[in-house]
Amino acid sequence: MRSIILRTMTMYLLPLLLIFSVFLLFRGHNHPGGGFVGGLVASAAYSLYLLGFGIDKVKTIFRAQPIKVLAFGLFLAASSLVFPIFFGKPLMTGVWYEHKLPIVGSFGTPTVFDTGVYFTVLGVTLSIIFTLFEDKE
Amino acid sequence: MFLAVLSGFIVACIVPLIFKLNRKVAGALLSVLPLSLFIYYLQFIPNVLAGEKIYATFYWIPFLKINLNFLIDGLNLLFALIISGIGFVVYLYASAYLAKSEKIVPFYIYISIFMASMLGVVTCDNTLALFVFWELTSISSFLLIGFNHEQERSRYAALQSLLVTAGGGLALLASVIMLGQITGTYEISQMSDSHSNIISNLLYPSILILFLIGTFTKSAQFPFHFWLPNAMEAPTPVSAYLHSATMVKAGVFLMIKFLPILGGTDLWMWLLGGFGGWTMLMASSMALKQTDLKRLLAYSTVSVLGTLTMLIGLGGEKAVSAMIVYLFAHSLYKGALFLTAGIIDHETGTRDIRNIGELRKYLPITTIIGVLAALSGMGIIPFIGFIGKEMLYEATLQSGVYSPLFITITVISAINIFAVMAYSGILPFFGEFKSPSEHVAEAPFQMTSGPVALALLGLVFGVFASSTVDGITNKSLQSIFPLASHHLALFHGFNLPLLLSLLTIAIGLVLIAKRKPLVSFIEKIRIPEYFFPSKWYDYIFNGTLDFAEIQTKFLQNGHLRYYIFTILALFILLVGGSFFGFNTSESILNSIAISIERSLNGIDIYDISMLITVLIASVFALLSQGRLSAIASMGIVGALISLIYIIYGAPDLAMTQLSIETLSVILFVLVLYKLPRFFIHSKLKTRIRDLVIALAFGSLFSMIIIFVSAYGKYDNGLSEYFAQTSYLIGHGKNIVNVILVDFRGFDTMGEITVLSIAAVGVYSLLRLRKQGEEQ
Repeated sequence: MRSIILRTMTMYLLPLLLIFSVFLLFRGHNHPGGGFVGGLVASAAYSLYLLGFGIDKVKTIFRAQPIKVLAFGLFLAASSLVFPIFFGKPLMTGVWYEHKLPIVGSFGTPTVFDTGVYFTVLGVTLSIIFTLFEDKE
Repeated sequence: MFLAVLSGFIVACIVPLIFKLNRKVAGALLSVLPLSLFIYYLQFIPNVLAGEKIYATFYWIPFLKINLNFLIDGLNLLFALIISGIGFVVYLYASAYLAKSEKIVPFYIYISIFMASMLGVVTCDNTLALFVFWELTSISSFLLIGFNHEQERSRYAALQSLLVTAGGGLALLASVIMLGQITGTYEISQMSDSHSNIISNLLYPSILILFLIGTFTKSAQFPFHFWLPNAMEAPTPVSAYLHSATMVKAGVFLMIKFLPILGGTDLWMWLLGGFGGWTMLMASSMALKQTDLKRLLAYSTVSVLGTLTMLIGLGGEKAVSAMIVYLFAHSLYKGALFLTAGIIDHETGTRDIRNIGELRKYLPITTIIGVLAALSGMGIIPFIGFIGKEMLYEATLQSGVYSPLFITITVISAINIFAVMAYSGILPFFGEFKSPSEHVAEAPFQMTSGPVALALLGLVFGVFASSTVDGITNKSLQSIFPLASHHLALFHGFNLPLLLSLLTIAIGLVLIAKRKPLVSFIEKIRIPEYFFPSKWYDYIFNGTLDFAEIQTKFLQNGHLRYYIFTILALFILLVGGSFFGFNTSESILNSIAISIERSLNGIDIYDISMLITVLIASVFALLSQGRLSAIASMGIVGALISLIYIIYGAPDLAMTQLSIETLSVILFVLVLYKLPRFFIHSKLKTRIRDLVIALAFGSLFSMIIIFVSAYGKYDNGLSEYFAQTSYLIGHGKNIVNVILVDFRGFDTMGEITVLSIAAVGVYSLLRLRKQGEEQ
C-alpha cells in the first residue's frame, strides 16, 4: 500500500501544507481561515505523511508527543484569556499590540488564543490518529 | 489586611520547600507565621479599644458586588486573635507531635490553608467572599480529618464532615443571596440598617432557616452534630484547633454577627434557643458515657456550642456578653485539654480513660495543664471559665417568661460538663497507675509550652479579668449592641447564679465519684437506631448512591446507539412538542407552501444537481453492504455540503468542513481495521424503530427550518452588532473568526477543552489499556 507516488508527493506536500496551515492561521483574522482550520490542515499534512511512510517515520519528524502539543495549545489558549487581568481588565478582554507586526498583522491576545486553538486541534487529531495507528500495528 | 489573610495561602505553597531545606526546624520555622499574624492583629487593639473600626477594601468582582472587604471591629479582632494565637500553639505542638510522621508536610499545607481561610471568615465583611472562605475551611477540614486516609474510618468521617458542612454552606449561600436581594448590599456591616425590612419580608422564614442550616452544620448543632465526634479521626492538634477552638465556632460567629440582621423575632429565639438548648443537653449527657478522651471532649464541645447557640437565641445584651466570655474561655481551656489528650495519647499510646491513671508522676507538666484547663472548664473560681458560667446563669435567668425551662437545662448540662471536664483533665493523672506503655516520659517543650500558656491564661484572665479581657470583650459586645457594655468581675456578690454554681459543683462531684454506676445507667437507656441523625445521614447517603447506580445503569448503558437514540428521541419530544404545541397545522402547511414557492423562484441547475447527488449518496450509504463504500458515500455527502457553503458564501465553514471530511475518512479507515467483519446485527424490528426516529428527526428539523425561513423574524441586532464592531473592537475583518476567537471566545475555549478530553479519552482507552496488558 506504500505507493511510491504518494511518498514522493508527500515529500513536497508536507512542507507546503505546513506553511499553508500557518498562513491560514494568521490570515484568519481578516480573511477566511483561522486556527481551527489551520490545525486541521497541519494534521492532515502529517496524516498524509503517516499514510505514506508509517508511524515510525512520522515520529522522527514530529518528535513531540501529540498529547503534549494538545496540552500546550490548551495552556496557550487559557493563558491568553487570563492575560488581560494583569492589565486591570476583566477576564477575556482582547488586549492588542498597537502596531502591526510583519506576517502576523495585528497582534493581540485573540491571536494567541487562535494559535492555542491551532495547537490544540493539531494535538487532538494527531494523538487520536497516532494512537489508533499504533494500536493497529 | 488582605495580605494577612493571604499569607497563609502563600506559606502553604512553600511548605514543601521549607521542609526540604531543613526538616528539623521547619515546624518551628512555620510557627512564625501564626505568631506574626498574632502580633499583627494585636497591634489593632489600641485602635479597637478606642472605638475605631478598620476597613480595607480590595475589589474582586465589583459588578457582582463580590469584593474582599475586610473589617476589624471588636468581635472580629477577638476571633482573629484566638485563631492566630491558638494557631501558634498548634503549629509548635505539631512540629513535635508529628515529627516522625511522613505526612507532616501535607499537614502544614492543609493547616495553613485552614488558618488563612478561617481568618478570612472572621474578618471578611462581604458575605459572598465570606462564603468562599467558609467553604475553604470545610475543604481544609475535610483534608485534615482524612489525614490518615489509609483508614476507612478516617475517610468516612472526612467525607461525612465535608458533605454535612459544605452542604450546609450551600444553604448559607442561598440565604445570603436572598438577603442581598432584599437589602441591596452584601456587606454585613450595612445589612443591619434594613433589619425591619428583612424581618417583615415574606421570605424571612426561609432566609432564616437556610441561614441556620449553614451555621448549624458548621457548629455541629442537632441534628447535624454527629459529624464532630467522628471528626476526632483527625490528628489531635487538628481536633484542638479546628474542631474545638476555631472552625466549629465559625457557625456561632456568623450567628452572632447576624443577630442584629436576622434576630429579634420569636422564630429566631425558638429555633436557636430550642436547637441550641437541646444540643447542649443531649451532647453533655452523651459525653458522660464516652471512654475515648477525644470523643469525650468532642461531645462536650458540641454541648458548649449548643450553649452558645442558645445564648444567641435568647438575644439581649446579657446573653450576648455571656456568650462572648463563655466562648473565649472555652477556646482557651478546650484547646489546652485537647492538646493534653494528645500528649497522653502520644506518650502512653492510648486515649481510653479506663486504661490510664496516676500519670502525674510521669507527666508533671501535662498534669498541671490538664488540671488548670479542667478547672476553668468546670467553672471553678477564680478561672475565666467561672466568670463565663456565672454570666451564662445570669443571662439565662433573665431571659424572660421561659427562663425556668432554660435555666434548668443549663444547670443540668453544666453539671454534666463539670463531670466530663474532670474525667478528661483530672482523673487520668490521679488514682492508681494504669498505662499500656511502661515507659511514660514527659513530652518535649514544643508540645507542653503552648498548652501551659493556654491553661495559665485561663487563670490570669480570670483573676485579672477587669484589667485584661474586659476591654476586648466589651468591644466585641459593642460590635453587636453599640451602646451596651459590661463589667467582668470574679465576684458578683451572693446571688442566685452563685448559688446555682455551688449546686453545680456539689452534684458534679457526686457524678465524678459515681462514674461507674452512672455510665452503666446511661448505657441501659436504649434508643431505637432510626432516631439518630447519623443514621439518617447513612440512609440518605446510601440512598443517593443506590439511586445514582440505577439511573447510571439506565442512562449510561455503554451503547452508543442507545445514547444517540435517547438524545434524538428526547429532542423530538421536547422540540417537536413545543413546535406543534405553539403552531397550528394550518400555519405550518402555509409556511411550507410559501417556502416552496420562494425557493422555486431562485433555483438553478447547481442546486438541483447537488440535491440529487446528495440524495443518491445518502441512499447508497444506507443500502451499501460494505463499510468502506458507506463511508465513501458519506464523504460525498460531506463534500457536497461544503460546496453548498461555498455557493452561499461561507468559505470558512466550507474549508473546515472539507478538512474534517478528509480527516474523518482517515480515522474511519483506521478504525475499520479493528472492527469485525461486516454483517447486519439488528433485527427488523429495531431497524424499523430506528427508521422511524431518523425520519421523525429529519422531518422535524426540515420543518423547523422551513418554518423559520418563511415566517421567522430574525433579530438582526446581533449580526449588525458583530458587523459593526468586528473591526473596531475585534481588530479583524473576518467576522466569523472574530466571533470565534474574541466575542465568543469562551465557547471556543469550551469546545477545545471538550476536544482535548475526547483525545485524552481515546489515548487512555487504547494506549494505557495496552500498557496494562503488557504488564
